[in-house]
Amino acid sequence: MTDRIKKANRHTNQNEGLIFELSSAGKRAFELPPLDVPAADAAQALGGHHRSQGVENFPEVSEIEVVRHFTRLSTWNYAIDLGMYPLGSCTMKYNPRVNEFVARLDGLATEHPYQPQELSQGCLRILQLLENCLLEITGMDAITLQPAAGAQGELTGLLLIRAYLEKQGKPRKKVLIPDSAHGTNPATAVIAGYEVENIKSESHGQIDVDKLRDLVTEDVAALMITNPSTLGIFEERIAEIADILHAKGALLYMDGANMNALTGVTRPGDLGVDVMHLNLHKTFSTPHGGGGPGAGPVAMKKILEPFRPVPILVEKAGGKLALETVRPSSIGKVRAFGGNFGVLVRALAYILAYGPGVRQATEDAVLNANYIRKHLEGVFDLPYSLPSMHEVVFSDTMQKRAGVNTMDIAKRLIDYGFHPYTTAFPLIVPGALMIEPTESESKEECDFFIAAMKSIAEEAATTPAVVKSAPHTTRVRRLDETAAARKPILRWKPSAAKSSAAD
Amino acid sequence: MAYPANYRYTKEHEWLDAKDGVATVGITDYAQGELGDVVFVELPQTGRKLTKGKSFGTIESVKAVSEIYAPASGDVIEANSELHNKPETINSDPHGAAWLVKIKLANPAELDGLMDSAAYEAYIAAKGKEASA
Amino acid sequence: MRYLPKSPAARLEMLAAIGAKSIEELFECIPERFRLRQALKLPGPLSEAEVISYFKDRARENSLGYTSFLGAGIYNHLRSVVTDTILLRGEFLTSYTPYQAEIAQGTLQAIFEFQTLMCQLTGQEVANASMYDGSTATTEAALMAERLTGRERVLLARSVHPEYREVLRTYAKNSGLQIEEIGYGQDGTVDVAALEGAMKDDAGAVVLQSPNFFGVLENCAEIADVAHPTGALLVVAVAEGVSLGAVKPPAEADIVAMEAQSFGLPPSYGGPFAGVVASRDKFVRQMPGRLAGQTVDAEGQRGFVLTLATREQHIRREKATSNICTNQALCALAATVHLTLLGKEGLREMAEQNLAKAQFALGLLEKIPGVRRAFSGPFFNEFTLEFPRSVRMINADLLKEKIVGPLALGPMYPELSKHGLVCVTETTSRQEIERFAQAIERILARPA
Repeated sequence: MTDRIKKANRHTNQNEGLIFELSSAGKRAFELPPLDVPAADAAQALGGHHRSQGVENFPEVSEIEVVRHFTRLSTWNYAIDLGMYPLGSCTMKYNPRVNEFVARLDGLATEHPYQPQELSQGCLRILQLLENCLLEITGMDAITLQPAAGAQGELTGLLLIRAYLEKQGKPRKKVLIPDSAHGTNPATAVIAGYEVENIKSESHGQIDVDKLRDLVTEDVAALMITNPSTLGIFEERIAEIADILHAKGALLYMDGANMNALTGVTRPGDLGVDVMHLNLHKTFSTPHGGGGPGAGPVAMKKILEPFRPVPILVEKAGGKLALETVRPSSIGKVRAFGGNFGVLVRALAYILAYGPGVRQATEDAVLNANYIRKHLEGVFDLPYSLPSMHEVVFSDTMQKRAGVNTMDIAKRLIDYGFHPYTTAFPLIVPGALMIEPTESESKEECDFFIAAMKSIAEEAATTPAVVKSAPHTTRVRRLDETAAARKPILRWKPSAAKSSAAD
Repeated sequence: MAYPANYRYTKEHEWLDAKDGVATVGITDYAQGELGDVVFVELPQTGRKLTKGKSFGTIESVKAVSEIYAPASGDVIEANSELHNKPETINSDPHGAAWLVKIKLANPAELDGLMDSAAYEAYIAAKGKEASA
Repeated sequence: MRYLPKSPAARLEMLAAIGAKSIEELFECIPERFRLRQALKLPGPLSEAEVISYFKDRARENSLGYTSFLGAGIYNHLRSVVTDTILLRGEFLTSYTPYQAEIAQGTLQAIFEFQTLMCQLTGQEVANASMYDGSTATTEAALMAERLTGRERVLLARSVHPEYREVLRTYAKNSGLQIEEIGYGQDGTVDVAALEGAMKDDAGAVVLQSPNFFGVLENCAEIADVAHPTGALLVVAVAEGVSLGAVKPPAEADIVAMEAQSFGLPPSYGGPFAGVVASRDKFVRQMPGRLAGQTVDAEGQRGFVLTLATREQHIRREKATSNICTNQALCALAATVHLTLLGKEGLREMAEQNLAKAQFALGLLEKIPGVRRAFSGPFFNEFTLEFPRSVRMINADLLKEKIVGPLALGPMYPELSKHGLVCVTETTSRQEIERFAQAIERILARPA
């Protein structure tokens, strides 16, 4: 195998224990400037509340130890900066560094949302421009930038729908969700106070429109659709789907996770979508940072506008911007203060860098996915024949014959220098391999990926054991997740450190 | 693993062993195989009323959660507290030491609809064929 | 375009390999009438320098050069430059949620350390890897208490941050939670008699914040003794985490919902921050959010994995403890780096400096005729003052001196129409505090 792996190689890397294991009394990593006012008598000021000894067992280390500690830890991670991260529907694209620079500017990072609005015009202008750009991209009429992530955006969207339907007479009972949907969809519907009714996809993973027609009654508040679907396939009949819902007074919610296939090419608002969320940490390049933060703005048609979370950005006479909180029909707030402003700044920087040419990113993303599909068709089972957009989903059926499943293939891909694709999702494809390269990959990187996957398929057929026991070249081998769940150890403790540290 | 001839079985892969109006309930070897390593079991408290066909608890593996459905109606007279500390017993001895609950049967006639061991073994064999088709 | 690594030649090669004549072919799955014929009307494209220029221009239109005495849930604290050095490492910045543990041990170990630090700070046994912020953490904590007790009644102190209460109400409307508010007493803490009266035996949770919105420390032990005998759980929200460097943690609480913004995250006009839910081990299966757990690999080496995932949406779907997926991982990492830099002594010292500055400021302000402290309870770095005239008017004059004055409480608490919330942290110099007090004295000396 070694002569076939061109992208990655072994390398000595540093060990590092827990920061608490490096700690000892008297070490300091950070000093404060001296106090320029008289010291307070803490015992007198706080009485019984006083914590006189500081936080027990808090680490005490030096600055260099902190730098080495986290630097070493970072070298154990794979990242987009190192290579392709083909996770389906996550849109792991390049995180532009200028975004980091502008988000940290004094005058932006330093602002407090409660400061006078006349002192916040810069922040408000950024929000206004981002709102307008996202409305142009989605083809919608109004937007809220408040939700902190996609899931919170979904909740906001469903709460908007509920408020709207309540105004019409009754909120209704159910939300229809395809069995191909991301787990946040049903979880969110329940939190919004709706029952979930699953709708089985047809053989290509599309919404079964005939079934839908039967299911849409006056008890249904909305259908939550992902377009393209989680199989990466465009829902061709989406306008028809919207009509069916609208005829019964129900609304169409779109999960915008897959906007990377649509930006600049088509607009959800034109397709009949009433309300949708965007994932700025997917389509709009804000960094994933190991799991967040993100932002999930919700764009909507005019009918839902009165129910938007407060505060609302308005432009007053003379061009001054203001935030208004008096909106009697508003659903309230889904989180304190405004949105994740720092994330919003990064997304706007991305949009400004591309301008009207943002369509090129979409085209390159779809090109990459189709290029990979073309080369791996026949190597891995493709359980449907409709064209892919920005992601392609294979299944492990062929490799299963030798007892190798998608998880094994994913783990072996690590040895070839890649992060795995998304395994075992969507649920409608048994043993799924969900691959989304994004536009950030060159032809060379795609070729490396294709070569790696072909090599693994061959290994699965000839030497399955090497795939089933992968990865072989990482710092740690496969970890015992069963033990972690049976007897959870979720924090370091002083006495435990002495007995269980295995390195 | 053998499927005891004196047990009765459901399509949701529970087994039931009835004696003098009291039924011991568990999940089958097939079920534990599908779940993988069991990490946690959630069982009802004594006195809880179970209704045939309705969920009364959950069994968790690392990657999945399975509902457990009551094969018959009745009151819980004992739940297997051993499983709290050793959930892995469900994987090693699903038909014996890993019984889940004992219930006082409300309606013994409900047992008539359940499969015997031969029928259940045929049922899971057919499932096996479906999966590899 | 600089973010796209393909030359026109490469694109043609790839199209040829696919067997497509143009990129348009790849979009034929979209019905023609929906395909855009023209480019979107968006500003740009901007070069890197122009992007920077745009944002610098916006930055100049904000509050640069002003001294602020605002807190109210977002606090200015010293941050080391080392934090960004770590955050900007591509392996942390551009990596994903650590579902593939073998190549994410850096993130997972950092999360494990974060969870540990949060437990140490709050006196709880287990903490999660973050929620969006303090307001949603408090909401999730209340929902967790509902799941644990099976009870829908929540007794919510009015001294909890108004925005936290508003968020809780938004979520409660659709989850069946019944929220009842309990007022505050003369000393600024929750009215215990009113709470006792409202307890009955069917409340799921009592929710407090400490230090509360007025800056006053609540007596959590006393409230726990009111709540626990009835079977209710005590949820305590902490908006100013630095207080825990000098103030005893709410160890009597069953669930703590903390905002970690004070630990190395800039105010950033409201976000991103990081909320945390911390609680007892026995409640862990009802806790929302990710959890990193310690384990071993096939060769016996210590490693870390995301665990107890069956609580979460990607497995449990409609029965999940929460719908949260993306959390605030990078912000939690910032807090972890910041807290390890501060260390035990640094955090204690920072907390003591806050205490000292606030006491000093109060001392000066109380001497001003007409200004009095509103609540007698002990405070950390924020306190409420009552003024002889509208805080809004005073603030308008303070702005002319480039000072952002106290938060006027009237809009949120109509009965506190002449009250303002003052926050002083270690970042405010003695000179600025004296200037602030002198300015207020001057303003109040003028006729209204």
